[in-house]
Parts: sequence; C-alpha cells; structure tokens
Amino acid sequence: MSTTKELIEQDGISLKDKLAKATKVQKRRALLLTMPLVIFLLVSFVMPIGQMLWRSVHNPTVSNVIPNFAIAIQQWDGNALPSESVFEVFVKDLVTAKKNREIGKTVGNLATRINYDIPGSRSLFTSTARKAKKLKAPFKESLLKLNKKWANPTLWLSLKRNSKDLTPAFYLAAMDLKYDERGNIVKADDLYQIYMSNFIKTIKLSAIITAICILLAYPIAYVLSVLPLRQSNLLMICVLLPFWTSLLVRTTAWIAILQTQGVVNDILVFLGFLSDDGRVQMIYNQTGTIIAMVHILLPFMVLPLYSVMKTISPTYMKAALSMGARKSYALRKIYLPLTIPGLGAGTLLVFILAIGYYITPALVGGEDGLLISNLIAYHIQKSLNWSLGAALGAILLVTVLVLYWLYNKLIGIDNLKFG
Amino acid sequence: MTLFNREKAIGIVILLAIAAIIFFTLGSITPAIGFFVMFVIPLYFMKPLPVFASKIDYCSNYLFVAICTFIFIFLITPVLIIIPLSFNAEPYFTFTQGMLNFDPSAFSTRWYEDIVYNGMVDPHGVKNWWDDMWNNAQWIRSARNSFFIATMSAIIATIIGTIAALGLSRSEMPYKALITSLLISPMIVPLVITATGMFFFYSSINLAKTFTGVILAHVTLGIPFVIITVTATLSGFDRNLIKASQSLGAHGWMTFRRVIMPLIMPGMISGALFAFITSLDEIVAVIFLADVEQRTIPRQMFSGIREQISPTILAVASVLVLISIILLTVMELLRRRSERLRGITPG
Repeated sequence: MSTTKELIEQDGISLKDKLAKATKVQKRRALLLTMPLVIFLLVSFVMPIGQMLWRSVHNPTVSNVIPNFAIAIQQWDGNALPSESVFEVFVKDLVTAKKNREIGKTVGNLATRINYDIPGSRSLFTSTARKAKKLKAPFKESLLKLNKKWANPTLWLSLKRNSKDLTPAFYLAAMDLKYDERGNIVKADDLYQIYMSNFIKTIKLSAIITAICILLAYPIAYVLSVLPLRQSNLLMICVLLPFWTSLLVRTTAWIAILQTQGVVNDILVFLGFLSDDGRVQMIYNQTGTIIAMVHILLPFMVLPLYSVMKTISPTYMKAALSMGARKSYALRKIYLPLTIPGLGAGTLLVFILAIGYYITPALVGGEDGLLISNLIAYHIQKSLNWSLGAALGAILLVTVLVLYWLYNKLIGIDNLKFG
Repeated sequence: MTLFNREKAIGIVILLAIAAIIFFTLGSITPAIGFFVMFVIPLYFMKPLPVFASKIDYCSNYLFVAICTFIFIFLITPVLIIIPLSFNAEPYFTFTQGMLNFDPSAFSTRWYEDIVYNGMVDPHGVKNWWDDMWNNAQWIRSARNSFFIATMSAIIATIIGTIAALGLSRSEMPYKALITSLLISPMIVPLVITATGMFFFYSSINLAKTFTGVILAHVTLGIPFVIITVTATLSGFDRNLIKASQSLGAHGWMTFRRVIMPLIMPGMISGALFAFITSLDEIVAVIFLADVEQRTIPRQMFSGIREQISPTILAVASVLVLISIILLTVMELLRRRSERLRGITPG
C-alpha cells in the first residue's frame, strides 16, 4: 500500500484515473490516424508476402491430384511395396486426375512435383496416366507389367512423403540438401548444389560493394561537410542528381560506358594502353555488376555520412593536432569514432539494398554476376517451381529482416533522411 | 577565398607543363585538354592552407582533393555522358570519330524522332498524325502509362502517408517504433520478394495485369518516402500552434486546413515527389504485375536493353535525366522554403 494519498477531484474520481483516461483517448486518436495506412500495408504488403512464404512449406500438389491415394498411402510402413488396395486407389485416382484440367491439379503437376525429388520420373507418370484406364485388377501386377520402374520403393516413399501438404523439402532444396531413398537428409548431388554458393556469392558481392562504397563515400562526404556552402551545394548536385535519376538510365549509361566498344575501352585504346583487338570485357560479368551497383548505391552511403560529419566541429581535430597528434593519428582516434553512426547507417543501408538487388545484375550481370534475387525471379517466372522460389525468398527475407532489426536497434529508422 | 593565390598559380603552371608534354608525345590535343581540365578542377576546390603548411602538405592536400574530384566525376559522368551520346548519327553506343572532331553531320536528332515514330502506323503522314502518335507510338504510350500510374500512386501515397505521419509524430503514439518500422519496411524488403508476393496475391483477387494492381503496388513502395519526409517536416513543427488554433475556436479540420497543412506543405510536396519518382522509376513490380497494356517507360527500357539495344534508349534516358534535373531543382527550392518557414536562413 502506498502511503501517499490519492488526489480526488470534486466529482469523486481520482486525478490519476482521469489523466489515464485522457491519455488513453489521445493514444487512441494517434493510433486511429495511422490505422488506414497500417491496414493498407497489412493487406497489400504483409499478407501477400506471408502468403508467399506459406507457399514455401505448403505444397498440396499430391493430395490435390490424387486425394484418395494421399490418404491411403499413409498406412504403408515403407517396407517393400504398398499393398494391393493402395495400388488400386492409385490407379483409380490417376484415371480421374487424367480428366482434370484445373491448374495445379493435373497429372502434369504431379509429375513435375515428384520429378523435383526423383529426376527423370516425369515421363513415368504422364505415360502411366495415359494408359491407366486400361489397367485391370490385380492393379499391382498390371502396373508393374506396364513399367518396371513402379517396382522401385523409392518412388513410393517419395509419393508418401509428398502426400503431406506441409513439407520442409523446398527449404532443404534451397540449402542444397535433399532426402535420400530412406528419407534421411543428405547433401544434394554436386550438379544441383547451386543455391548455397549463390547465397555466399550474393553476400560476398554485397560486402565488396559496401566496402567500395565506404572507401569512395568517406572522402567525398568529408569534403562536402567542410567546404563552404556555396561550393558544397554545387558538389552535392553530383551526389543527388544520380540519386534522382532513373535506375534504368544509370544502368544503360554503364552499358554504354563499359561495353567492349564503349567509351572507357575507346579511351584506353586511344591512349595506347590496350590494342584494338585486346579490348577488355567490363560488362555482363561480375565487374560490371560491381561498378554499376557501387554507382547506384553510393548516394545511400554519402548522405548519412554527410549528415553526421556536418555536425562534427572542426575544433576537435584542431585540438588534437595542437596537442601534437599526427594527422593520421588524430583522424583515427578523433574523427573516425565520431563518424561511426553515419558509417553504420550507410553500411547497413547499402548492404541491405545490395543483397536484394535484382534489376542491375539482371541487365549487366551476364552469367556470373547474377545474385540470389535473380534466381528467385527465375523460379517464379521461368521454371515455375514457386515453392522453391518462395523458400529462397524466405531465407533472403530473414537475412534482410535481421539486418533491418539491427539497423533499428543501432541507428533507429526514424533517423533516416534524404537530401 | 581567392581564386588565384601563389600556390594555385604554381599548380596551374605545373599542370600546363604536363599537358604540353602529353600533347607532344601523343601528337593530339584532345587528351592534353582532357588531362588539364580534369586536374585543374581540384585546384578550385582546394582550401587555403595555414601559413606554416609545407610543400608536402600542399601536395598531399591536392592529392586528396583530386581523388575526391575523381569520385565526383565517377558519380556524375554516367548521368551526363548519355546526353551527347544520344545525339549520335550512327546506331552505336559510343562516340564516333566524327563526333570527337565536332563534325555537325555526325550529330543528329534521329533517335529523338524515333521515340515518337516507333510504333506509329504512318510516321510521316499528315492525316491524323497526332492521333496516330498519341495512340500507337510505343514510347508515348509507355510514357502515358508511367505518368498516369505515378501520379495516381503519388496522390494516394501522399494522402494516407501524411495522415499516418500526423499520428506517428504525436508524442502519445503507442507502439511507435513497431509501427514506424512496419511503414518503412517496403523500402527495405527486397523488391523481388515484394513483387512475387503481390503477384500471387493480386492474381488470386484478379488485380494482376490491371492498372489498379500496379498502382496499389506503387503506393506501397512509395509510402516509406512519404512517411520519412513528412515526419521529418513535422519534427520541426511547433505543437503549440495547434493549441493556439484550438483555443481560438477552430475545430479539428479547420486547424489542419489552416494551420498544419500550410506549414507541412513543403514536406508533403517533397514526399509526393519522392513517391512520384519512385513509381516512375519502379520496374520490378511492373515486370511481375503488369501486362503489355500497363507497360511503363522503365519496362520498355528494360526489354529494350535486353532485346534490341538502340540509341533510342539513350534518347529516352536523356529526357529522363532532364526530368530528374527539374525535379531536383523543385526539391531544392522546397527545401529552402521549408527552412525559411522554420526560421533557418539558408547559406
């Protein structure tokens, strides 16, 4: 019990309660103002992404195409072959599935799905489905007679595994792992190990790009912060104009500059550094990706650095110098620590943006400059393995969100400013 | 700061000497001029050093400024170089010998004409020329789509973004950090993920391949910019003005209309411009969500770069650079106005 007496108003309600009530109303009002946008974003942004992530673990292809079989197979213990009754359900389901034309419920979908697991099994399903109508009891025997591959227990194990709607298989695939015949998790064949190496490459390239951005942004942010306003405004245009120019325009410009018949090669040939047939390929590879992306992301490093450096008083450095510190020592011990907030903000921002970049690598990356985003887009648009694309996306998203959380923790997102 | 002092004069003399050596060894004037122009710029930006500075100090300072100059050149050149390249008379992406010698016949505006003509039924006809251009020219159609989508999404994003920013900037706002990070996240989440999610979701509610779908996607992507700029403006906003207005009898809407809005107008406009340019430049969502009907300028450029790379793209790019220069100027004027309103004098 508190010893202080509560203040009571004339109407008998304590002041504390009244204040709480008043602030509650205020709070609700503030919250109400943000609600339209929050709801809009939840519907147009969070929900679609959530739905996509759900796709990465939820793949009901097998139970959609052959629903009765998906239930029946669950009783099979995984030894030898399933019983005759399971075979019967399987054949009957195939017959009905053959007639289905609905997207996501055709035999073709089923064949593709199992083909992810057991490469080369696609034609087995499609050809069997064509002849399924003619099969007679006993179904087990006639199916094996039709194609000997049905005697392979691996196939049935895969069917059983994929009968469950929820599956971690796509995350395994995204991490270059797979199920072996017995259902254990093992490393994928060397030929199929492309995702982890691509993740590592994406992170490596992003790190290189961020590092180059730091190296280039630090001196110019410093110059911008110490020059008199009239001159620094002039130079600021050099930073802001690219920032405001279309991404496609800048990428196009880099193609014009870096291609083998482009400006840089022309200059090098003209100056005699290169022979006319020894022109360097600088675009459509990793080099091109790095140069173009550094150019595109550099303003994101310069602007936060500049806003921090502008607040640092030049007297600190002068004081250090006057007390006998050498310039390099003073820079390291006095100036650099003061710029850490801006450096951190820029680094995280550039890294976050670089890791998810899509357009520039797609246009100037050639083959070895492709990043993880390009693989995701490939699976969504071309190979149509949506679940795998979603799984790769989920891994990328988690990485980015961790960095975003870190950014929020260290710098605070409300400190972000442009220009 | 004087333009010419003793040290700078010495610097210019040294540079002239090196330029002369380059001229005599290569036998061509262009690289010598290029060298001189590039290395004389840092001199302009060098600050006068204290009297006790040694020659080494001058040299290292010059070196530092020179490096910075090159970084600035690295930043600005790609944006500017496409403008002369777009006047190329040949279908190449590089300067021809004629262009380097300033031969007038090496320059032409044919790629700019191509922007208009490309896709037209009868580019040189007289009858219904305007109709033909307006409806059939590919780039014109993309431009119309782009501006329509960008305008709509900027308006929507600014309205709901400003309302939310008004709530966010209140001190009583609960869950402020959480909600702010949610509202900024469309800028952080990789575009491919956002676009993929929207593609599946909008397909399921029949909004994919419609203008509505693309506009909604662009509103989502423009929101963070509106939030950031408007909350920045509101952070310098004196809340007592609201109380004053209310004490004088103005109700909520009137206070907003007559007191708050005029003061945050610069922030709102720059937020809207940001949202506009984000949408104008956005391509990933367009690739996933739009059909040929909704083709925008970036989309057209994207397929242009991939399929039939021609200097028409450079001409379009030059026009876009011009637009961004105009927008940048507007932003700068707005920033100055906002500073003046807040009582900070610009330098």
